Amino acid sequence: MSNVPANLKYAKSHEWVRAESDGSVTVGITEHAQDLLGDMVYVELPDVGRTLTAGKECAVVESVKAASDVYAPIAGEVLAVNDAVTAGPDLVNKDPYGEGWLFRLKPADVAELDKLLDAAGYERVVADESH
Amino acid sequence: MPNRTPLYDVHVALGAKMVDFAGWEMPIHYGSQIEEHHAVRRDAGMFDVSHMGVVDLHGARVRDVLRYLLANDVARLREPGKALYTCMLNESGGVIDDLIVYYMGDTWYRIVMNAATRGRDLAWFRRHGDSFGVAIEERDDLAMLAVQGPNARAKVHAVLGEQAGDAKTLGRFAAVDAGQDMFIARTGYTGEDGYEIMLPADDVEDLWHRLHAGAVTPCGLGARDTLRLEAGLALYGQDMDEDVSPLEAALDWTVAFEPADRDFVGRAALETQRAAGPSRELVGLVLEDQGVLRAHQRVLIDDGEGEITSGSFSPTLGRAIALARVPAGTGGRCRVEVRGRLLAARVVKPPFVRNGRAVIAL
Repeated sequence: MSNVPANLKYAKSHEWVRAESDGSVTVGITEHAQDLLGDMVYVELPDVGRTLTAGKECAVVESVKAASDVYAPIAGEVLAVNDAVTAGPDLVNKDPYGEGWLFRLKPADVAELDKLLDAAGYERVVADESH
Repeated sequence: MPNRTPLYDVHVALGAKMVDFAGWEMPIHYGSQIEEHHAVRRDAGMFDVSHMGVVDLHGARVRDVLRYLLANDVARLREPGKALYTCMLNESGGVIDDLIVYYMGDTWYRIVMNAATRGRDLAWFRRHGDSFGVAIEERDDLAMLAVQGPNARAKVHAVLGEQAGDAKTLGRFAAVDAGQDMFIARTGYTGEDGYEIMLPADDVEDLWHRLHAGAVTPCGLGARDTLRLEAGLALYGQDMDEDVSPLEAALDWTVAFEPADRDFVGRAALETQRAAGPSRELVGLVLEDQGVLRAHQRVLIDDGEGEITSGSFSPTLGRAIALARVPAGTGGRCRVEVRGRLLAARVVKPPFVRNGRAVIAL
């Protein structure tokens, strides 16, 4: 079983969300997702200021093997993107929950966070996939 | 139930990610495809390629049959162990498979074929060879390791000790019987120097562990694919198939039109195509914008259109590269449709990388 930190929220489409103290949220892809994809070679992030719709594709991560869409786990405005992963996509492999974060959002509605999965819920999603 | 090579348990114990490849459960990587790729470009890596079909053909007339069935001419092979890369064609000049043929003796040739096409190849050999008394011996008792990279030969020599004796003086594209039923060929599919070693299936695990202890990096099929793509080597089923002739797959050099009186299957079709000039060709692409090229993306050139047959990120160049089938005479610049956007690419002549170095301008 891959690492699924208990302090994060998750989407079924393998994004993680961390609520920050300033009211923003940070988004990345899970360790399980990066492991499935393999070595990352290209990351495309949304423009800062863009308004994202929950469940819609908003970024792309490409590994040597395949391209994969990243979906906005909740709606909101993009406050910042991680330029370090655009320059060094392997950060997503090395530290998916830390240095490999993708973007920060100002949530349109903080209550949407409650609709996301907790760690146990996401672990079940991963377990179901492998059967 | 998928097929497994004799090294299956070794791969799993090493933590390999296993995938289905042409009905075989094979390692795609052991952790990092890119690290494995670099190991081969910079040092030495090894691949389990035991899924490939090794077949020995025997018979007094085997040479005549192969001269008729293969587009390259096995008569060019005169010394035992010498090897030849060739396509086997259908009547319309389409590629049934690409093969390596080793001359073992006047009545004995060894053929290495792709796993996915093995059944079809064998049927073709039977259909044309039976009446000539050719006996087909499937060498499922053999396993095969490819050990590739600038330091690969030296590391194999160190591990094998005296058994490597005759291999040390091998020229390129030649092989030697190293005793104990081990066959060492100076061939490969990575654009680096190295060996492909065939040996009894019962012995391969021991050799794998000795090479691993001798600092040869285990590499999966993922790295094998990016290495061969950088080297500009075609992959059967992707870059060519039964609807594509060698002339449309940048494999002209493998077709022996001389001597002119040698008839071979597909010859008439190829001659017609050669006289008219093939309408399509296989070229290399280097992406100038950011992104990754993938098979089946659309290529737009001036007034024409083509398609990527193999594409990936090149770990050596740090760029996306591809092989693409395009209208003949295409050069200069083109655009590729990548995920709904048109990105700029440049047409180049493969290989992209040879012996660890970029051979195209970036």
